[in-house]
Parts: sequence; C-alpha cells; structure tokens
Amino acid sequence: MSAVRKGAGRLWSVRIAGGLVGLLAGVFLAATVWAQQLVADLSSHLIAITTGFTGTEVVLFGTTDGAGDVAIVVTGPRTPVTVRRKERIAGIWINARSVRFEQVPGYYMVATNRPLDQFVGRPVLERHQIGLPNLQLGPREQLAPDQLALFRSALIRNKQRAGLYGITLGQVAFLGERLFRTNIYFPANVPTGLYNVEALLIRDGEVVSAQTTPLVVSKVGFSAEIYDFARNQPMIYGVAAVIGAIAAGWLAGAIFRRV
Amino acid sequence: MQVYLPIAEMSVNALLVLGMGGLVGFLSGMFGVGGGFLMTPLLIFIGVPPAIAVGTQANQLVAASVSGVLAHWRRGNVDVKLGVVMLLGGMVGTVVGVWIFSILQRIGQIDAAITLSYVFFLGTIGTMMMVEASRALIRRRAPTAKRGKLHRHIWLHGLPLKMRFHRSKLYISALLPAGIGAIGGMLVAIMGIGGGFMLVPAMIYLLNMPTGLVAGTSLFQIIFTTAMATLLQAATNQTVDVMLALLLLIGGVVGAQFGTKAGGRLRGEQARLLLASLVVAVALKLAFDLVMEPNDVFTISTRMS
Repeated sequence: MSAVRKGAGRLWSVRIAGGLVGLLAGVFLAATVWAQQLVADLSSHLIAITTGFTGTEVVLFGTTDGAGDVAIVVTGPRTPVTVRRKERIAGIWINARSVRFEQVPGYYMVATNRPLDQFVGRPVLERHQIGLPNLQLGPREQLAPDQLALFRSALIRNKQRAGLYGITLGQVAFLGERLFRTNIYFPANVPTGLYNVEALLIRDGEVVSAQTTPLVVSKVGFSAEIYDFARNQPMIYGVAAVIGAIAAGWLAGAIFRRV
Repeated sequence: MQVYLPIAEMSVNALLVLGMGGLVGFLSGMFGVGGGFLMTPLLIFIGVPPAIAVGTQANQLVAASVSGVLAHWRRGNVDVKLGVVMLLGGMVGTVVGVWIFSILQRIGQIDAAITLSYVFFLGTIGTMMMVEASRALIRRRAPTAKRGKLHRHIWLHGLPLKMRFHRSKLYISALLPAGIGAIGGMLVAIMGIGGGFMLVPAMIYLLNMPTGLVAGTSLFQIIFTTAMATLLQAATNQTVDVMLALLLLIGGVVGAQFGTKAGGRLRGEQARLLLASLVVAVALKLAFDLVMEPNDVFTISTRMS
C-alpha cells in the first residue's frame, strides 16, 4: 500500500516538475521573442585604466526589428556623494551647509536618435530614469524642496564640469531603418566599477524592448596594483613609500655629489 | 605625455609635473628651503585634491631632505643631539596634526584649513623676512647703524629640563627645541611642508643656534617628521600618491642642482628679499582666493568619511 502511494506521489511530483519546465520554457521563449525586438552590444566590455590612460571611447551598436526610437542610458556605479555649499563667514568663503546623496551614479550619459520630448512622455522617462531631470540620487537629509533642488542641480553641475555627466544628449545614428550605433566617451577621471548600459526601444511613447549590457571599468597593471596596495594594506604602503623616498633621496645625493 | 595617478584618480601631464618639480627644486636649491610651501598650492592649482597634495608632498619631502642632509652631514653641519630632541617633539606634533587633518577632512573644512594656515604662516614669515632683509640691505649702505646684542635672554630660556648641546654650544631647556619640533610636525601634517621656513628662523632667533648648523639640523629632523607624516597619512587618510611623488621627486632633484649653483651667485640679503617676496606673493594669492566669491559656491566630494 505504502509503496503504491509513494509511487503515486512520485508521479505527481514528476507532473508538477514537467509543468514547471513547460511554463519556464514558455516564459523563456516569450522573453526571447521580446528581446529580439532590439539587440545591442558594445565594442568592448572592459575599459582598462592603465598608467597611460587618457580616456576612451566605446561604440554601442545594435539593431531593431523595425521602425522606432532608441534611447541609450549609461549609468556608472552608484556611491554616496556629499554636496557642500560655501558661505561667506567672517569675510572668507568656507563650507557651511552640506547635503548627502546616497545613490549617485559616478557616470551618467544618455544618447537618443532625436530629442526625447518628440517621442516619449514624462512618466516613461521617470520610470526608466532617462535624462538628468529624472535621475534618482537618493538624498538623505529632509530638506525643503527648493533647497534640495538647489543642491541637486549643483551636484549635477559639478559632475558635468568633471565631464562625468552628459551636458547634452548623445546622438544615436541610424544606418537605414534598423541598424543603429552611438559612441560613448569615458574621460580619464572615469570612476571604476560596474556600469550598466541600457538600450531601450520606444514605440508610440512606450518602451517595447530593453536590453542591459554590463561594462566594467577597472584599473589594470601597475596603477591597479598601487591602488589596491594603498587600500588594502595602508600601513605597509606607507612604509614602502617612505623607504622608496629615502632610497631615492640617497641615490640623488650620491649621483649629484660628483656633478 | 599623460600619466594616470592611481590614488588621486586623475590623469596629469607628466612633463608639466616634472617641470613644476624642477621649478620648485630650482628655487629651493637657490634659497635653501624645502619648497613645499610652493609645491602644495601649485598641485592644488592643477586640480590635485588638496588632501592628496599634502599627503604626497610629505612623501616627496622625505627624499628631498635625505639628499639635502647628506651634503650637510659630510660637512659635519648636523647637531644630532639637538635634532633628536626636536624630533621627539616633532613626532607628537605630527600625530596631533594628522589627527586634526582627519577630523577636518570628515567635517569638510580641510581645504579652507589648508589655505588659511598657508595665508597665516606664509604671510607672517614672509613679511618678517622682507622687513629683515630690507633692513640688512639698508644697513649695508649705512654701516654706522648700531649692532644688536649677540644674545638676548628672554623667559623662554628659563624653562626647566635644561640640557647641554655640545655641538651647538648651547645650554638650554629641552622643551624649547622639542616645542619648535612639535610645531614643525604639525605643519608637515596639515600643510604638507617640511616647515623649514619656520624652523630655521625659530632655531636662529629662539635657540640662538650657530647659523651653520641650522639648515642641516632642521633637515635632519624634517626627514623623520615627513616620514612619520607619510606613514600616518597613508594609514589614516589614504592620501599618498607614490606616482605623483616620484614625478615631483625627479623634477625636484634635478632642479635643486641648478638652483644651488644659481644661488651661489646671489648675495645673502638679495636672496632673502627675493624669497620673502615670493612667499608674500603666494600668501596674497591664496588670501585673494579665500576672499573672492568662488565661481561655484557648491563643491562635491565622493570620498568616504
């Protein structure tokens, strides 16, 4: 009896598992069909910061299954940033008020094939954080809205001055109706970490397809070793810096003694 | 040629930094000062974050003072005993200075603090030097002027813990050189300078040390305070960029050799007057920046506190 019941139980579990597999396959297929509406990739998935690094350009290229607009959003790793406002105190300008933002992308750039307001509405822009006004930065302090807006715009302005946030929209160029490409520039001071490159296909004001490609910005070689050394073993790094300097000073003294 | 600085996380023109090191090295060789007070503002000017400029400068000064002290050592111009006493004070001053530095960095006032201390110290010392050098120049033209007393006894010489320093022929309280050393140590930590421009007059006028021993002895103790500052800055604030230090070092060492030769052709008072004008000019420029309304009153910092 118990053996039969066990057998029936096993049969049931097999059926459930089979059903799940079928369901998953269906979802997967649907996802594939959905994703095929837009396919995009980068010319490189790794930006290597070497000692001679002066900034670099990555090409994003892709194809759509028909007419539609494309928006590319590149977002760098999110870290906390403190924005400080200088005030004149006793005649000199020193930092007074500060606001901390918890979720600030180290890099942010948007590229489209035509101006955003011509093909997409505010709700979609806000939902997908497309464009600087719709970027969520996660302010920590509770502030009056007008004050917060002031600090927020100052943060964006400073990032733009550093070349890390796009000042204008980048240009996505269509070659024919389906093929598109855009160049994304990363300056020398680009922060390291995992970047998200999002390609969105927009039709009739709605996002119909999206693809996210990871991009890694990483220090490699000598500069990476120095950075890791300084971060992970700061005390030994300090000792090494001192010993190196003493040796260099000694050497210089010895060389120029004869000159 | 661009070089990426791993700690400052920026790319700089290597030739520019080498040139800056060379120029400052030339001036320091010419006038016999460390030149840190010129280098830190220059680094800040080309966009290096002030905290990193200070930490790196401390590292570079270790090398500069080692090569400087070698020359003095060979001529026997170092009073080791006095140097060690100054050093003990210097260690305490450096620890306190780095601690103050990290607090200021946390509350976001480090930039203003660095600039303010520059304006204060450079302004004071520069003006004093300028007055002294002009007087010396005038005295030379009117040789009838009265000669000052060789040794003035002030309350500082009545402090306890008297010690005998044979090399300098001094019998003074150990607290005096230790105190001077402590102030020097704090300057290294907060301003990224060796403090020679402050130590040298203090040793001459407060300790009444023989002038010939002053430069060597102050350099001797600067090696240790800057080494200590480098160590502490690296460990607590992670602001030492060895790549930047290396570039500054190469330029500085070469520049100093030419500077020393050029300095030999200058007369003492003229050199002092020139140096004083330079110091005052830097102080005025920094003071101007503090008082003028900045282009953007907002700044951002991504450093974790």
